[in-house]
Amino acid sequence: MNTIEVKNLNFYYGNFQALKDIGIAFQEKIITALIGPSGCGKSTLLRCLNRMNDLIEGVKISGEVDFKDKNIYSKNIDVVELRRHVGMVFQRPNPFPLSVFDNVVYGLKVHGVTQAFRLEEIVERSLKATGLWDEMKDKLNSIATELPLEQQQRLCMARLVAIEPEVILMDEPCSALDPIATAKIEELMFELKKKYTIVIVTHNMQQAARVSDCCGFMLLGELIEFGTTSKIFTSPDNQKTQDYITGRFG
Amino acid sequence: MKNTKEVVIEKSLFLIALSAIFMLFLIAIFIFKEGTPLIFKVGFKNFVTSSKWFPLEGQFGIFSMILGTLWITAGALIIGVPLGLSCAIFLSEFVPRRIMAILKPTIELLAGIPSVVYGFIGMVVLVPLIRENLGGPGLSILAGSIILGIMILPTIISISIDAIQAVPRSYREGSLAMGATKWQTIHMVVLKAARSGIVASIILGMGRAIGETMAVIMVAGNAVKIPRSILDPARTLTTNIALEMGFAAGDHRQALFATGVVLFIIIMILNIIANYAVRKR
Ligand SMILES: Nc1ncnc2c1ncn2[C@@H]1O[C@H](COP(=O)(O)OP(=O)(O)OP(=O)(O)O)[C@@H](O)[C@H]1O
Ligand SMILES: [Mg+2]
Repeated sequence: MNTIEVKNLNFYYGNFQALKDIGIAFQEKIITALIGPSGCGKSTLLRCLNRMNDLIEGVKISGEVDFKDKNIYSKNIDVVELRRHVGMVFQRPNPFPLSVFDNVVYGLKVHGVTQAFRLEEIVERSLKATGLWDEMKDKLNSIATELPLEQQQRLCMARLVAIEPEVILMDEPCSALDPIATAKIEELMFELKKKYTIVIVTHNMQQAARVSDCCGFMLLGELIEFGTTSKIFTSPDNQKTQDYITGRFG
Repeated sequence: MKNTKEVVIEKSLFLIALSAIFMLFLIAIFIFKEGTPLIFKVGFKNFVTSSKWFPLEGQFGIFSMILGTLWITAGALIIGVPLGLSCAIFLSEFVPRRIMAILKPTIELLAGIPSVVYGFIGMVVLVPLIRENLGGPGLSILAGSIILGIMILPTIISISIDAIQAVPRSYREGSLAMGATKWQTIHMVVLKAARSGIVASIILGMGRAIGETMAVIMVAGNAVKIPRSILDPARTLTTNIALEMGFAAGDHRQALFATGVVLFIIIMILNIIANYAVRKR
């Protein structure tokens, strides 16, 4: 089943075309990786999936992005509701300067859940789901921005898990972390994939090879090749993909 | 050669910095030296709790003026803070950067208008308005609060805008990506992150309101009596000093310095409270 399907997507920053006629499908409950050299449009594509690009002035977009068979760029779509279902984890961990507890319940409060007992229950469940509970259960009142980066990034995932989205978009979620923390986050991704559809942008080809099931290779705003990760990394159809994978450029 | 030059520059900068602090100390010591003898003479408690101010008969009680100062300052904050904050939020979150770049310096310009001009406008426009519509003499706590509330706007607006704009973009993106609306993002994340800067703007505004003299003299009525309502006239500690210093001598003169001492203490206390409020979380 395709959770998100992108059709003929063109995207412009002013006059600069950052995405060229992209067509790609993200399947339910697997991890899809987007790889490619810097500036090829990976982040741009990812941010089209939950309409975060709407926040940038002067952008133009054409084509279709269907989330569960509904075009999210059609007129009657509620962006707030969309983002509740398609959450995002950023490159630099960006927990709010609030307590750990308040970070996790943020999304719930935003979406109108206020009963104390439910909040506590969900905080415990979300922190457990992201492997933070044991470390955090006595520190729920500490300020999130003072935690180690890895815990901050986990917390950012926990606050998404709390609102139970269907898709989690991750833009280079490990690039600010050391290798050990990266390994832990990757483990977490495997865990999360059981319940969520995950799209990850990464610079790190080993990471893409390790964690993803499907993989898309992008170059200069175009999707060059898309397929299962094993195929992309062992016998790609396109010569450019081959060159990138073997490290001849990028 | 270069080394001696560096040393000379460093030493002279140090001296200049020291002299600035030294002058501050000198002023404080001078005020205390001139003011405290009278406080001891009439007793501190009597001085601050009596409201009988008859300097020529040797009665010095400034209670009504302490009240006047607190009332007018509180009123100025009640008017200035919500107005200033909403303005800062609107300008930094809802107005395009280009327009902000013009509006912010304009607002900062308002801080440069001499206080006597604010007082004058208050006297000819605001005071009659209050007298005709709300009753009382017009010259009143309300008039003082409104004028001061306007005068502290530039301080509050400009410093709050800086604080709000210093909030990292990533916080906003994080919030919006969770499906929060713009307004939820502002009051649940941005204002909390900008909190210490916003409180600083309020403290500075409060300092300006307590210290302002000229505008208050012109609109607040200056009567030495305990104010019963916001339509009553009142005298503040600063205006008391300014109004009487010109002809005061002997004990009277000392009593005015003593007024300064009390003002000094009040400002200290309010600053400590405000700082504590920021530190707490
Ligand atoms: N806000 C913007 N305004 C104008 N151009 C932009 C903007 N953001 C990105 N671009 C341009 O769009 C192109 C694609 O950017 P994007 O951030 O999607 O690349 P990326 O593949 O994520 O790169 P990286 O690996 O460096 O993150 C780049 O050429 C970039 O310069
Ligand atoms: Mg990127």
